[in-house]
Amino acid sequence: MDLITPAIGLVFWVALAFLALVVILRTAAWKPILGAVKDREDSIKNALEAAENAKKEMQNLHADNEKLLKEARAEREAMLKEAREIKEKMIADAKGEAQEQANKMIAQAQESIRSEKQSALAELKNQVANISVEIAEKVVRQELADKDKQLSLVDKMLGDVTLN
Amino acid sequence: MIAKKSIKNLILAVLFALPLFATASGSTKEGEEKEFNVVEMIMHHIADSHEWHLWGEGDDSVSIPLPVILYTDNGLVTFMSSAFHHDDSGKEIVTRNGMNFVRNHGKIYQLNAGETSVKLDDEKHILNGVKPLDFSITKNVASMFISIILILFIFIRIARSYKKSKVPTGFTGLMEPLILFVRDDIAKSLINEKKYMKYVPYLLTLFFFIWVNNLLGLVPTGANLTGNIATTMVLAVLTLLIVNFSGNAHYWKHIFWMPGVPTPMKLILAPIEFIGIFTKPFALMIRLFANITAGHIIILSLVSLIFIFQWAGTPSMLLAIFIMILEFVVAFVQAYIFTFLTALFIGMAVEEAHH
Repeated sequence: MDLITPAIGLVFWVALAFLALVVILRTAAWKPILGAVKDREDSIKNALEAAENAKKEMQNLHADNEKLLKEARAEREAMLKEAREIKEKMIADAKGEAQEQANKMIAQAQESIRSEKQSALAELKNQVANISVEIAEKVVRQELADKDKQLSLVDKMLGDVTLN
Repeated sequence: MIAKKSIKNLILAVLFALPLFATASGSTKEGEEKEFNVVEMIMHHIADSHEWHLWGEGDDSVSIPLPVILYTDNGLVTFMSSAFHHDDSGKEIVTRNGMNFVRNHGKIYQLNAGETSVKLDDEKHILNGVKPLDFSITKNVASMFISIILILFIFIRIARSYKKSKVPTGFTGLMEPLILFVRDDIAKSLINEKKYMKYVPYLLTLFFFIWVNNLLGLVPTGANLTGNIATTMVLAVLTLLIVNFSGNAHYWKHIFWMPGVPTPMKLILAPIEFIGIFTKPFALMIRLFANITAGHIIILSLVSLIFIFQWAGTPSMLLAIFIMILEFVVAFVQAYIFTFLTALFIGMAVEEAHH
């Protein structure tokens, strides 16, 4: 019966000592221990999350870079194409213009040649006419001295002059 | 490897030495012509005592005297237990403050005024004395103080080690999984997510207090603190108080007016649930007390076989060693079960309504 009868002294001491132990350990041991463990767990969690985020960011960055590179490449391609087109167009334009200019110059030259020729011809005709008149004067003066000669001359001259 | 080998050697050495012990003690018994009483020996070992007995018997026994503190009608009386000179049958009378004290079967009696000798009845009960309130630092109390010093030393040291580095090393690394085991596998898994941290310090203290005292009880000459009904009663009562003071409306409704059952059933369930408030901690009290005491009784019984059968009893040491190893497991398991069930009851009391 002693075995299952709680002794008052032991009840008192156990209750006192155990409660004191709870109070002391709560502040002196459990608080710092659990706090430290929690801090560590949090820091591990944060570190893992940060690493995961960094990884994601890196991936994003990589994708962005890829995109930028692609865009740049496409832009370069477009610029090159445009430049080539402009060059070709310029060459073609220059060619056309030169041709036109040349044609114009040729036409002008021909025109001027023709007008020169015309004026030259006119002058020649004038000269010929003058000379003819002078000759005729001289001849007439000479020939008119002799009636026969005058007539033969007229004949002769008429024979020479062929109206062109 | 070396440790394993030395343990093996140690066991072998003990086994070889045992028959010598057996014959030695056997011969002294014959010399004294006193019959070896197993029940008395076991009961003496598992009971509390006013002195810390180490070895020897009767007047030859060597023990550490402990303070006796008595609360009598005339105030507190204190003296060392060595004043009784190992007497436990009411023969040695200690006089303090004009009062006469004797010890009989582990209990201290104050003789009635004017009485100078003890009168015993046929069953050796004292007729002319009363029991004063005994607040002595008994073997169990002393053992508990040792355990508390040990626990404080261990865990304050661990707490300090976390100040140096948050990475546990050495002894801290050994204890941290246990602390986390109580926090995560006992408290967190059984008590409401939001409220469990409030109970973790208590559960941790409870777990380590029971475990350390279970282990100290297994040390030869150690006290049987956790196998004493007073200790388990205090712990169970604390569980009862914490559970019921934590109880929310949902908990009390489940006790007095169980939802979801017909009214007649509610009337039947209410008294059953009400008794349940007390049976749960009562079971805790009995479980720890019975398990630890039973372990001690088994080991002592197996050791006693040597005194009874002498040479033939030596193989029982193998069994005793086996039970001893088992008791180390039991020491942990019982601490775990007590803490686990306390957490479970708290968890039930603070559970939020979810239907």
